[in-house]
Amino acid sequence: MTTLVIAEHDSITIKAATLNTVTAAHACGGDVHVLVAGAEAAAAAKVAAQIVGVAKVIHADGMSLADGLAENFAAQVLAIAGNYSHILFPATASGKSVAPRVAAKLDVAQISDVTKVDSPDIFERPIYAGNVIATVQSSDAVKVITVRTTAFEAAAAAGGSAVVEAVAAITDTGRSRFVGREVTKSDRPELTSAKIVVSGGRALGSAEKFTEVISSLADKLGAAIGASRAAVDAGYAPNDLQVGQTGKIVAPQLYIAMGISGAIQHLAGMKDSKVIVAINKDPEAPIFSVADYGLEADLFAAVQELVKAL
Amino acid sequence: MEHMKILVPVKRVVDHNVKVRVKADNTGVDITNVKMSMNPFDEIAVEEAVRLKEKGLATEVVAISCGVAQCQETLRTAMAIGADRGILVETEAELQPLAVAKLLKALADKEQPSLIILGKQAIDDDANQTGQMFAALADLPQATFASKVELTGDQVVVTREVDGGLETVSLTLPAVVTTDLRLNEPRYVTLPNIMKAKKKPLDIVNPEDLGVDVNPRLKTLKVSEPPKRGAGVKVPDVAALVDKLKNEAKVI
Repeated sequence: MTTLVIAEHDSITIKAATLNTVTAAHACGGDVHVLVAGAEAAAAAKVAAQIVGVAKVIHADGMSLADGLAENFAAQVLAIAGNYSHILFPATASGKSVAPRVAAKLDVAQISDVTKVDSPDIFERPIYAGNVIATVQSSDAVKVITVRTTAFEAAAAAGGSAVVEAVAAITDTGRSRFVGREVTKSDRPELTSAKIVVSGGRALGSAEKFTEVISSLADKLGAAIGASRAAVDAGYAPNDLQVGQTGKIVAPQLYIAMGISGAIQHLAGMKDSKVIVAINKDPEAPIFSVADYGLEADLFAAVQELVKAL
Repeated sequence: MEHMKILVPVKRVVDHNVKVRVKADNTGVDITNVKMSMNPFDEIAVEEAVRLKEKGLATEVVAISCGVAQCQETLRTAMAIGADRGILVETEAELQPLAVAKLLKALADKEQPSLIILGKQAIDDDANQTGQMFAALADLPQATFASKVELTGDQVVVTREVDGGLETVSLTLPAVVTTDLRLNEPRYVTLPNIMKAKKKPLDIVNPEDLGVDVNPRLKTLKVSEPPKRGAGVKVPDVAALVDKLKNEAKVI
């Protein structure tokens, strides 16, 4: 019984989500191998080899894998899938796109967003926007899984010494083509792995205020910035900052919700945070029902005071 | 564009405003007498397909639903938005994403669409699998989490919402697109359009007709409510908040 983890990387380093997925892989039992598929990604493969608890890194390198096209990526995983009892992807945009293609080709079910491994074939996962937890058993020979990364600790990134084995990259399917990428430039920590997240809601009132107010506090705390769906829909913040069931799932040490009412959809994305602070002038806001510390106040005044006090 | 057919699979789910309850025996979620609606992401998919037709870029929009007889209502809603006809794959069986993907593959083999647009996930099982699984089974290229879709010749150019920003891919048709929230805002269906939808053709088939084994692969052993997170304390002012964060929670 061996588990394969599909690494998320930028050719140079391994992304944090991979480390949480390795921990989930250990819970499935057996050896853990990591696939680093990319173009000129030897550096990332070396970094993956240092993850504690990884027995082998499989490195597939070729231009067909340069831009993470789901068709090619899935074909690469399928090329080595026969050796594994479990195939785990982080439940990131990439993992969620590729894993179902692999499962369908293997004619097995996929288990999405796993939050707990009860046994090698029994898993827990949230349904209905996190309002219900389902415990499911797979009867398939291979378990294809996406991992809710916030539900698992990160494996230690250094100290391991796995062997790196090169395999041939698959040929391009030629049916899809990468055109471009607009990456949001930021010096802040990544939203899904940040220790502190400051999130803003519709109460900020405008894109300018959102940027000004939320950034001032986030800069002071070295925090990542998040947003409610209402704030994103109103155009105050870009889409990729949305925290919630249909956006990013976060579980930082400290989550500060500023002017966020706390719709179920939003709570599903942040309720596993260690400490939750809510600042809202509406005493009835549902966010207070999950907040460890609630402050009923005008958020603009509160942020100014907070920035001074910190 | 000689013939440009778009298939739009739609799922009947518990309405997004309903707070679901777990059955007392933990065997499932209680959906008796609960309002059911079209999965919101699928509504976006129908809207997108209909807009492509209204722009003269598509010739026909066919809505498909798999499930119980009442899914006909979901198909009528799709037709009220503007789909031309509907196909129901009727079954009482529990359908999991792999089974639905196989049913869609069987229908696509008959219908020969140029584009298949689906919601990225259903708000009941939150699986986020069906579009990708169908694409793999049909050997088609895919673009998940679409926030913009442009048809040009034999290509569909899709802007995708990915971690950290946006990504654009170009797919050779036929292709599969799954919708994200910001692709469009679905129109309100009007009474005249609801009336018109009642007269549109709706075919009913079953999984056996399509030669598909829909047996579930995952067995649900138990469903339960997640541990409740209790409310904490209200603090009177910012100074008290900072004190709590520093000295009690020790997170700053």
